[in-house]
Amino acid sequence: MDLKLRKPPETSSRASSTMVNDISKNLKPDMPFIQFDSSSLGYSVGQDRSMSEVSPQVVNQSHCFYAPERETKIKNHLGPSSVIDWNPRLMLSNLSFLEQKIHQVQDIVRSIISQEDHVVDRGNELAAQQQLVTADLTYIIIQLISTAGTLLPNIKNTLLSTDPAVGQPSSAMGMNTNLSSCGGQKPIEILPPEVAKSSEYDELMKDFDACVGEGDELIKCLNNAGAELSESMPIDDHDAKDYDDGMDGENLPPGSYEVLQLEKEEILAPHTHFCLICGKGFKRDANLRMHMRGHGDEYKTPAALAKPSKEASSEPPIIRRYSCPFVGCKRNKEHKKFQPLKTILCVKNHYKRSHCDKSYTCCRCKTKKFSVIADLKTHEKHCGRDKWICSCGTTFSRKDKLFGHVALFQGHTPAIPMDDAKVSGAPDQVQASESTNGMAEHTGFNFTGNTPNDAQSLDIKGADDCQGYFSPMNFDACNFMGLDEFPRSVYEVSESPFSFLSTGSFSFIQRHGEN
Amino acid sequence: MAETVGNLCRKMHGGEGFDTLTLDLFSRAPSPAPCSYSKPAKRPRVDGAVTMGKDEDRQNPFDFLSEEILFLILDRLESEPLSKKSFSLVCRSFYTAESCHRRELTPLRSGLLPAALARYPSVEKVDLSLCPTVTDTVLFSVGNCLRSSLRSIDLSRSKGFSHAGIESVVENCANLVEMNLSNATDLSDAAAAAIGRARNLERLWLARCKLVTDMGIGCIAVGCQKLKLLCLKWCLGISDLGVALVAVKCKQLRNLNLSFTLVTGAGLEVVLQLPYLEDLALVGCLCIDDGSLLSLKHECKSLQVLNLSNSQPINHAGLSSLLNITVGLRQLNMAYCCMVTHSLTSSFRKLAKLQSVKLDGCEVTTAGLKTIANACVSLTELSLRKCSGVTDDGLSSIVMKNKGLTNLDITCCGNITDLSLANITSSCTSLITLQMESCTLVSKEGFRLIGQHCHLLEHLDLTDNELDDEGLKAFSGCHKLSILKIGICLKISDEGLIHIAKNCPKLRELDLYRSAGVKDAGIRAIAHGCPQLQITNLAYCTWITDASLRALSKCSDLNTLEIRGCPQVSSAGVIAIAVGCPKLTKLDIKKCYYVNDAAMLILARFSRNLHQINLSYCSITNVGLLALASVGCLQNMTILHLKGLTPNGLAAALLACGGLTKVKLNSSFKPLIPRPLLEHVEERGCVFQWIDKPFQVPFSSLVQETCT
Repeated sequence: MDLKLRKPPETSSRASSTMVNDISKNLKPDMPFIQFDSSSLGYSVGQDRSMSEVSPQVVNQSHCFYAPERETKIKNHLGPSSVIDWNPRLMLSNLSFLEQKIHQVQDIVRSIISQEDHVVDRGNELAAQQQLVTADLTYIIIQLISTAGTLLPNIKNTLLSTDPAVGQPSSAMGMNTNLSSCGGQKPIEILPPEVAKSSEYDELMKDFDACVGEGDELIKCLNNAGAELSESMPIDDHDAKDYDDGMDGENLPPGSYEVLQLEKEEILAPHTHFCLICGKGFKRDANLRMHMRGHGDEYKTPAALAKPSKEASSEPPIIRRYSCPFVGCKRNKEHKKFQPLKTILCVKNHYKRSHCDKSYTCCRCKTKKFSVIADLKTHEKHCGRDKWICSCGTTFSRKDKLFGHVALFQGHTPAIPMDDAKVSGAPDQVQASESTNGMAEHTGFNFTGNTPNDAQSLDIKGADDCQGYFSPMNFDACNFMGLDEFPRSVYEVSESPFSFLSTGSFSFIQRHGEN
Repeated sequence: MAETVGNLCRKMHGGEGFDTLTLDLFSRAPSPAPCSYSKPAKRPRVDGAVTMGKDEDRQNPFDFLSEEILFLILDRLESEPLSKKSFSLVCRSFYTAESCHRRELTPLRSGLLPAALARYPSVEKVDLSLCPTVTDTVLFSVGNCLRSSLRSIDLSRSKGFSHAGIESVVENCANLVEMNLSNATDLSDAAAAAIGRARNLERLWLARCKLVTDMGIGCIAVGCQKLKLLCLKWCLGISDLGVALVAVKCKQLRNLNLSFTLVTGAGLEVVLQLPYLEDLALVGCLCIDDGSLLSLKHECKSLQVLNLSNSQPINHAGLSSLLNITVGLRQLNMAYCCMVTHSLTSSFRKLAKLQSVKLDGCEVTTAGLKTIANACVSLTELSLRKCSGVTDDGLSSIVMKNKGLTNLDITCCGNITDLSLANITSSCTSLITLQMESCTLVSKEGFRLIGQHCHLLEHLDLTDNELDDEGLKAFSGCHKLSILKIGICLKISDEGLIHIAKNCPKLRELDLYRSAGVKDAGIRAIAHGCPQLQITNLAYCTWITDASLRALSKCSDLNTLEIRGCPQVSSAGVIAIAVGCPKLTKLDIKKCYYVNDAAMLILARFSRNLHQINLSYCSITNVGLLALASVGCLQNMTILHLKGLTPNGLAAALLACGGLTKVKLNSSFKPLIPRPLLEHVEERGCVFQWIDKPFQVPFSSLVQETCT
């Protein structure tokens, strides 16, 4: 239908219009969805159920441009993959629901056929029925794709080993390819360049650079331990603390891995990749490669731009762990109960947190100090929301933490604000309202998505919301569930994904044109 | 004044232990009233005998009594507030002695408290539970006047104070040990924080302080580490966190009441780790369920008293887990809890020290009771009140095993028969309390057995039974009987009462509610034979006349009299009571149609301690009510269907009676009384109950008239 309506509401007009036009020119009619789907899934790390719960949301916004005949193909293709799914019940219920839906459509089509024989002037009704069919089919497709989407994190683990045909190119391309490969068979040929060049714009997507890959080490790490993917991905993400502490559970026998120890200067160096020609430093290897293009055409070849970690997957993986250079630290290899650090990033964060000055001060509360800037950002999110105060001045975001503190220290008392009548009730109310907000959002999605019977209303809504193809709600629900700890307002979240997606697609299309 | 001195001397002569003091002082000091000496300063200690100064000294002879002696006298008067008052009026030194001696203050109205505090500097306990409104100003003055001498304050029925008032009391009174703030529903965490500063607090009641949250109780837990008793009943703002903090900080806790709170098994687990915990009440804790009890591990050996009533979610699995870790239990209350079966009671076996079991309102099986009988042999108290399923078999098995049983409550156990009674009376001869209201299958022979075997009985409740005069006669051996409730026993008559009167001189309470066979002769005998009678209920004993009341007026300790629906009683009888019973606090003369203003005038003159009165259907007018309003203690009035009462009279009475807390009025008066006046009275702490019942024709009185 009208493609123009699909443009994201917040992207810059130039970028979006080019994108839409290019899509319509260069790609097959069914492509945009696949592309969109895979790329959107690409950074939805650690997402599992939420995807399937939320996915029907996509339906009413994007149903307008799917060719009905694709449904069976996709189904056939995706059918077997449900076997290796980790939640087969959910999958089965989804599939049986689809089956039901298909029967419904069949009935409608049959009735259309029978009407064609003897009815002449019932154009209106026919149009309505066609609309209904379109809506239903779109719904089915979306449902199928989202069902397949729930499999993605699992497929990418298994594909590497089980499916050589897909695994070979995908491992060369890193995880993005893996993800995209499950969207369908055709896209693989088209998508790799896009994904390979994705590193070009990763400066632009500070918040979501997770899936692009920092450099060789990380990719290696990803390949080695697919299961730990979600832990180590958000490189500069605010919640970096989680994965630093998260690896204590690992129990590698000593000697089964190689221990590396970086020097202090190396750890604290702002840049780790340097241009051999001009000497400019970069945090990431990919950024360096992008930079190298400026030094001559020989750096622009796909080989030069590709990530230099191909061979890692074919060789037996060497498990590498890191030691902290600070002697006496538990993370130092000399320590009796040495606990290695998993990645270089972990080393950096650990060293800064444990052995460096806390130089970043929260400008809001002026008391909390951090040595890792991401920690400061995390804190700033919650700063001022601490309602539970001890007489010693320490604040807590949770009541049980305060009571644990009071129980531990002699003489400390819970501090009651002067206008306690208000404040004592307030925190609970705040929490309650937050949670209800969250609830409202989720139930809202389910409601709009999971009412297959009123296809008519779905259709109308879809027509109205065609531009909501990239709706902020959609992103909020799909992509932030796993990452974002706190429910935020829709508008707050919407900005970054938008800029990311539009610029991402934009740059891809540009590159495409260049080549 | 002379009269009061005479009163004192009579007390001394007649009293116990002051025979050595002979005070024939009247003749020499004819007018002791206005003391001629300002201050007796310090006097030499006088040993027992009184050395008299010469006449020309014109000294008040009482001044020679040393303070020690006066204090000893006052100690003897402790139980008689009226005599103490008389004592203090003898002379200045007596007045001073009484002021210094008094330790407890229970004011009726908080307005007079500052003056009272100035008079009694060494008061340790201030009980403000009779004052409906206590403002912060009053609490400031309490704190300022009493300072460190104050040890206990009771605000359990007062409103109108805030955390500021509590703060001032806590700041000024460093030795505060006991605080009752129950029912202070608008007290917030700020008040709790103030309480937290009372370092020496040992006993604290916060029942129904619903606004106090974990934060507040946290302050108390940290501040008051000497707490031994804490009542958090109905504190709905408090969760496991607060309770756990209390258990962590207040290690001295002996007595903890968590009834009707939201505490769960997690909180309970921490509480049970308190090293000295003896008494734990968990009434209606619906958040504690079987699952959480099953995980309890830590043994709580110190626990002696456990109240689990109304805890529906607990079943036998959880209970046995709980009883496994509380092996030192002496008293267990499981009223309205769950079905008492074999599996439930088999966990009683571990409780070797168990003495008291209360299963009120539970569904009971015979097997369950038999298991109790097998498990427990040293029970002294058993309550099966309103239990369904109590059989002769089950009950007999318990009483046969537990011969030391002293308290037995089988109220409303409708299935038991004479067989049970035979077993109870033959094995439990040391019964002190027996309550068996409405045991309808027990025959009159069964009741005779009680009197024949249980001579130690002190408290007997046989309301609504087949008891007859022969049964009462059998109680001749129960000389210690002090409470006898034989209401709705239609077969008893004067004859039985005469036997009681002859043999039970210690009777303090007699309930004859609707025992219609009772007449004047019986009451006269009781009044004569039981001079210690304090509480009597003669409601709907329609044959009662003024003669009974005249006889009862000889019982000078009488404080509660109910003669509701005795139409033959007139003002003369009430006057006799008013004059003869100065301690009268509760009087119910509803439907005594012939009681009129004359009785009220006398009542107002003599019964200065009257707290509660029901005047409905009496022939009382504005005059009587206004007179009554002058009784300062009056708190509770029910005034329905008074023919002679006008709105103006009622308004005047309400205004005059400053201590009222509850008034029941006919709703027809509501629009007739000025709104501001009602608001003013309500502000003083009075609650109005507007009753909308139609006037009942005094049919019985008409019948009486035609009969006589």
